Amino acid sequence: MSHAQPVPDAHGHYGRFGGRFAPEALIAALDEVEAEWDKAKDDPAFRAEFDELLKGYAGRPSLLTEAHNLSEHAGGARILLKREDLNHTGSHKINNVLGQALLAKRMGKTRVIAETGAGQHGVATATACALMGLDCVIYMGEEDTQRQALNVARMQMLGAEVVPVTIGSRTLKDAINETFRDWVANVDHTHYLFGTAAGPHPFPKLVRDLHFTVGAEAREQVLELTGKLPDAVTACVGGGSNAIAIFAAFIPDESVALYGFEAGGEGADTGRTAASITAGSHGVFHGARTFVLQDEYGQTLPSHSISAGLDYPAVGPEHAHLADTGRATYEPVTDAEAMDAFRLLCRTEGIIPAIESAHALAGALRLGKRLGPGAVILVNLSGRGDKDVNTAAAYFGLIDSEGQA
Amino acid sequence: MAATTLQTKLARAREADRAALVGYLPAGFPDVESSIRVIEAMVEGGCDVIEVGLPYSDPMMDGPTIQRAADRALASGTTTDDVFRVVEATAATGAAALVMSYWNPIERYGVERFATELAKAGGAGVITPDLIPEEAQDWYAASDRAGLDRIFLVAPSSTDRRLELTTGACSGFVYAASLMGVTGTRAQVADTAETLVRRTREVTRDSGLPICVGLGISTAAQAAEVAAYADGVIVGAGFCQRILDAPDLETGLIAVRSFAEELAAGVRSR
Repeated sequence: MSHAQPVPDAHGHYGRFGGRFAPEALIAALDEVEAEWDKAKDDPAFRAEFDELLKGYAGRPSLLTEAHNLSEHAGGARILLKREDLNHTGSHKINNVLGQALLAKRMGKTRVIAETGAGQHGVATATACALMGLDCVIYMGEEDTQRQALNVARMQMLGAEVVPVTIGSRTLKDAINETFRDWVANVDHTHYLFGTAAGPHPFPKLVRDLHFTVGAEAREQVLELTGKLPDAVTACVGGGSNAIAIFAAFIPDESVALYGFEAGGEGADTGRTAASITAGSHGVFHGARTFVLQDEYGQTLPSHSISAGLDYPAVGPEHAHLADTGRATYEPVTDAEAMDAFRLLCRTEGIIPAIESAHALAGALRLGKRLGPGAVILVNLSGRGDKDVNTAAAYFGLIDSEGQA
Repeated sequence: MAATTLQTKLARAREADRAALVGYLPAGFPDVESSIRVIEAMVEGGCDVIEVGLPYSDPMMDGPTIQRAADRALASGTTTDDVFRVVEATAATGAAALVMSYWNPIERYGVERFATELAKAGGAGVITPDLIPEEAQDWYAASDRAGLDRIFLVAPSSTDRRLELTTGACSGFVYAASLMGVTGTRAQVADTAETLVRRTREVTRDSGLPICVGLGISTAAQAAEVAAYADGVIVGAGFCQRILDAPDLETGLIAVRSFAEELAAGVRSR
């Protein structure tokens, strides 16, 4: 945490992006979160408690696994997997929720609210709240509650209340809108545990800082394994939390190329996509200036991806800035490419990845062919695929769309 | 600079020792032509100022009633250019016409272009519920050039320092959010409203900037209660609800007109 980058500026701007486009009623709460995090991150007692939770509860540090069998499919490049899929609750999300739940308690809040798309962030939040004795309400688009009924049950088992959102497009973006509405009304005792590195300042910075350990661990692990820094670091990008998690520690290493792979959906130029940097334009969305999928009047366009966790029409402002400055490169990966990589990892390495992470993997295979034999590519395997078995089985024709074999 | 129609309306209400009545309706709800007729009924019933809402796909500050109204407007194909048409028709009624818009549609249209087109349509100013003064540099320049009033919001959670900053950036009036929450009707006016207005008066004593109160006001009695301490009373969801509830437009127009009349009596019973 002490290695956090100097950007953003005091008002949360990353170059031309970021900032705070939020109702005045929330400014005091955002200021409080910012001030409390500034204190907590330098407080040895807080850090010790957080580090202990990461180690003793989440299972950190996560492993670095070399995917030897995958190399021949990647132009001979060495593929190193950062195994965030092995964390408790099955993804990198646990880092952020543990940190923010601790912060909520420190601020004296007794209730935590959060949005979720596929349910990963909701399950992680419900987990942290169960552990720390906080009331928990999760907003989830009605469509997603039907598609992800198992995760709804999971959150309920953990003691959370799940509220289906029936307004707008009834997906992740509408769940975020609804969570903000709850927050405005209940901000005196409620913390909004934002799930990705987006939203109004200080959320993009807070979420990045809480995930910083992912890239920091991986950097040490790659150095130890190969004796040098990787040639490239890759991650999938929806809102961008797992990507900034693994990028952040490498940003000062100029020799290391950073690649974010967006959800291309059916193709970034088809209109059925979630690739907001590739196919979107500058705009203000969910509290920050960033890249947004929008029409000529600034109305948000529906996004599409086979991966619910990447199905979001915008991206965190730091990624917009990294794209703008050229420090990181963002490319789309289609549903089909991601699912090919998904199957390949299952068959060659015995690892079922989250469909989100399969986008990073597909990108790494593409990149390996470009960089050639011997290149070292670090992939953030941000989550495991248990939650995606239904989607994948239907995609590969193992079951019908009703879930029957 | 000459006074805007908004400033004139509020000054006249003050001279008459009453609060101004400010009504809100999304442009294009239930469709563009009908929304003009609803606004005409609001003005006939006694609205001094109309906030023409720019319907947006992600209205973070709005409760279910206005969300539903904005959804209907978008579904009927309403665009930013239609909003200017509705503003033009609103200004023609003699009421002061404002636009209430989330920031992204304005930025996307082009901040300068938006200000120019709005002024051309006879609009007096813009209320921006998700724009804070710290992010408004471009908007300052464009609104100044076009001679538009800039209306920001203050909330019960605003610190004294922010009340000063925000009121200092406003012209026309400052929008005081009566409570911590989103738009929509409430059984009673929150007790946070009067406290916020009193705190805001402390910092606007020199400028005399009018303070209008919105969120959760939907009856004549509530309007009268707020009129006792505020310069203007803002009502939105109550108008939308009457159109949503009506079996047809004509019935809705009658309900809207009589609702505006009740509220207009309320703001005159100081």
